[in-house]
Amino acid sequence: MAADELSRIFAALADPTRRDMVTQLAVGDATVNQLAEPYPISLQAVYKHLKVLEDAGVVSRLPGPQPRPVRLEAEVFDLMDKWIERYRRRAEERYRRLDAVLAQLNETETGKDEQKGSVA
Amino acid sequence: MNNIAETQIEADPNVPIIRLTREFAGTPEQLFRAHTDPRLFAQWIGPRSLQTRIEEWDARSGGSWRFVSTRDGEEHAFRGCFHDVRPDRIVQTFTYEGDPDGVALETLWFDDLGNGRTRLRGQSLVDSFESRDAWLKSGMETGANEGYAKLEEMLADGAI
Repeated sequence: MAADELSRIFAALADPTRRDMVTQLAVGDATVNQLAEPYPISLQAVYKHLKVLEDAGVVSRLPGPQPRPVRLEAEVFDLMDKWIERYRRRAEERYRRLDAVLAQLNETETGKDEQKGSVA
Repeated sequence: MNNIAETQIEADPNVPIIRLTREFAGTPEQLFRAHTDPRLFAQWIGPRSLQTRIEEWDARSGGSWRFVSTRDGEEHAFRGCFHDVRPDRIVQTFTYEGDPDGVALETLWFDDLGNGRTRLRGQSLVDSFESRDAWLKSGMETGANEGYAKLEEMLADGAI
C-alpha cells in the first residue's frame, strides 16, 4: 500500500515547479489560472503538472462549476511524516546500539586511566 | 545515559538531502573511533537481526570500505570510499550494491559539547529526489521487519 503511494508522491514532488505549486497551495486553494500566474509556461503545461500531482493524490480539484479550485490534500503530508518517522526510528535504533558501544568504551577507559570519568 | 536527545531527521524540500542529528554520551574521539574502528562499527551499524561482516576497511582519506549484512543466508552488501577522515569530520561515499548506480555522499561531523558529550550531525546527499525516495522507502521496508517490531515493543514497554 503505502510504499507505492509514497513513491508516487515523492516522484510528483521531485519537480521544482510542482513543489512550488504545492507551496502556493499550502497558503490556500487556488484556481488553475491563479496557479499558472507565476510561471512562464503554457496553461497546458500547468495542467500537466497538476495532473501528476492529482494522480499522486497530492492535490484534488473541488467539484462544482468552473473554475474548480485546486486544493492541497493535507493527509498526504501526514503520510510522508510517518514515512520519515519510520526512517528516524531506524536511525534512532542504530544509535541506541552506538550508545551501548560508547558506554563500553567509557567503562574500559575509566578502568585504564582513572582520569576521565564521564556521565552517570 | 538518561536524557539523551532522540535522533532528529530532516528531509530537505529543495535538495535531495537527508540530515540527521543526535547527541551522545561520549567524546568526539570515542565517536570517531566507533565510526572508524571496524570492530566497533560492526557492533552497532546493522539491525540486531542481521550479522555484519566487514570485508574491507581502510579508514583513511582515500581508503575504501565494504561490508555485508546477512540474515538467514540473505546477503546485502554496501561499499564506498572514505574521502576525508579527520577527528571532527568524516566524508564518505555510500552505495548499496543492490542498486549500484546510486551513490550517496555522506558527511558526518562530531561536535564537541564538552563534559564528554558529542553531537553527531550527518548529511546524505543523493543524486535525485527519486533516489531519496528509494532511500527513505528502504527504511520503511526494513521498518516492516521484526527488528522494527522489536523497537515498537521497546517503545511500548517504556524501555525507550
